[in-house]
Amino acid sequence: MSELQDYKSRLSDPSSRKFETFSYLPELDKKKIHKQVEYIVKRGWNPAIEHTEPENATGHYWYMWKLPMFGETDVDRILAEAEACHKANPTHHVRLVGYDNYKQSQGTAMVIYRGPIKA
Amino acid sequence: MSTKTYQAGVKEYRETYWEPDYPVSDSDILACFKVTPQPGVPREEAAAAVAAESSTGTWTTVWTDLLTDLDYYKGRAYRIEDVPGDDESFYAFIAYPIDLFEEGSVVNVFTSLVGNVFGFKALRHLRLEDVRFPLSYVKTCGGPPNGIQVERDKLNKYGRPLLGCTIKPKLGLSAKNYGRAVYECLRGGLDFTKDDENVNSQPFMRWRDRFAFVAEAIHKAQAETGERKGHYCNVTAPTPEEMYKRAEYAKELGMPIIMHDYITGGFCANTGLADWCRNNGLLLHIHRAMHAVLDRHPKHGIHFRVLTKILRLSGGDHLHSGTVVGKLEGDRAATLGWIDTMRDRFIPEDRSRGLFFDQDWGSMPGVFPVASGGIHVWHMPALVTIFGDDSVLQFGGGTLGHPWGNAAGAAANRVALEACVEARNEGRELEKEGKEILTAAAKHSPELKAAMETWKEIKFEFDTVDKLDVAHK
Repeated sequence: MSELQDYKSRLSDPSSRKFETFSYLPELDKKKIHKQVEYIVKRGWNPAIEHTEPENATGHYWYMWKLPMFGETDVDRILAEAEACHKANPTHHVRLVGYDNYKQSQGTAMVIYRGPIKA
Repeated sequence: MSTKTYQAGVKEYRETYWEPDYPVSDSDILACFKVTPQPGVPREEAAAAVAAESSTGTWTTVWTDLLTDLDYYKGRAYRIEDVPGDDESFYAFIAYPIDLFEEGSVVNVFTSLVGNVFGFKALRHLRLEDVRFPLSYVKTCGGPPNGIQVERDKLNKYGRPLLGCTIKPKLGLSAKNYGRAVYECLRGGLDFTKDDENVNSQPFMRWRDRFAFVAEAIHKAQAETGERKGHYCNVTAPTPEEMYKRAEYAKELGMPIIMHDYITGGFCANTGLADWCRNNGLLLHIHRAMHAVLDRHPKHGIHFRVLTKILRLSGGDHLHSGTVVGKLEGDRAATLGWIDTMRDRFIPEDRSRGLFFDQDWGSMPGVFPVASGGIHVWHMPALVTIFGDDSVLQFGGGTLGHPWGNAAGAAANRVALEACVEARNEGRELEKEGKEILTAAAKHSPELKAAMETWKEIKFEFDTVDKLDVAHK
């Protein structure tokens, strides 16, 4: 059995802040992001992109990047929008959302680009 | 004008309450009982007796029967079926007119359906297998105070099951030490912690102290992780007045969720508390202590799928459902039947899952099924497959028993959960590839690696006592 370890999470350390689904995994690489977009498309959900300054990530409402891409099923087009948002806001978290209009809620939401954390 | 005349004496039940030609109405409440009569009692008579004793009938004719329109109010046995693999019992289907019951009252409905009839001498055993609630009755009930979608929106958690943990030891901790255990779990990555059902307000930890310390734990864990957290503050109490007092204090502390035991606490108290939650914007977690007394025996009692429907009508946002894979009882197909009954809008009749009727809930919100009891990281692939996203997975020992403590245990579960969800979204088969998925995730999570080493060998492989009825001959 490995040696006892401390759990490193601090109020004083902004990198301790999480941002829900997949924030306990390493940042997704391009291939993995592609697969998650495919999943959203396969479920028939409407993809959307949001972003925020990492220090303001706890609120419900992030900045919407344009409008949700209603009916868009081309994975590369969706990825291009996410990348455009990331390029325009390189210091922000960028979140991919799949809107489920039948459940009138979000089917999923995940941060796909993580902004640098200012200590 | 009625031409009936009064004749004193005992009539056979089937003369009045057995109507095989009865055309079932869309507004009838339908029930399926598994009846095991005493030897020598004909099936039709036994079925009619159940219909009579659970609705308008009594053992003898009374003159006041003639002052009402019995044909309008009486329950009727309208169908009899063999029970697969069982020669002594049969299914009796009974239709009850909706006007037999007070609107919005599961208390009233079940005082009739599972009242005196269960002690009836002509029966050896009786089990209520399923009930169809017509949409017209569903619309008179409050139901879940928030429902799955509203809870997700409030907590900002999407695309994955939620994670919880019951604080242990279940009895004997001081309020301050208890709050410490809560804080450690939540900062490690759980969404919820839970009061054990036995924790109400004992001498070792009074409820007000517990709520106050837990509130501090939640607020700090939220500030630290940036995520929304909750603790199911158990407001189950000796009296309704005391229950509401505790609920009010939880609200005052800014707590997002409270908890109630709906069977020991009672359906009346539960329905009232659900109304209170709706009025005050709190989520309601429901525990089911005493359910196994009612639902475990295959020939007598009330099936859990019925208890599930009672709760969805009475009101609750979470309900314990069994885990299929952990330490507690539960057949997989039957469990899938009642978790769909909790969550979905329309659930079709499906005997292979133990569902005897179509059930239409209309716009009534759904309830999160809660899988809790004897589960740990190695169960995660199976749990995500069985329960899907709309569920709460609760690891008690599987969090607190981690060799490095609760925060590490919580992080291990959160990493395992997210790795499974990610893999599932990628189209991988979790139950086949579970080991590889978890092993890969553990490479970047020492907490998960330690958890996998700790619980590797634990299995629960006893046979289920209450199985679906299937032919074995």
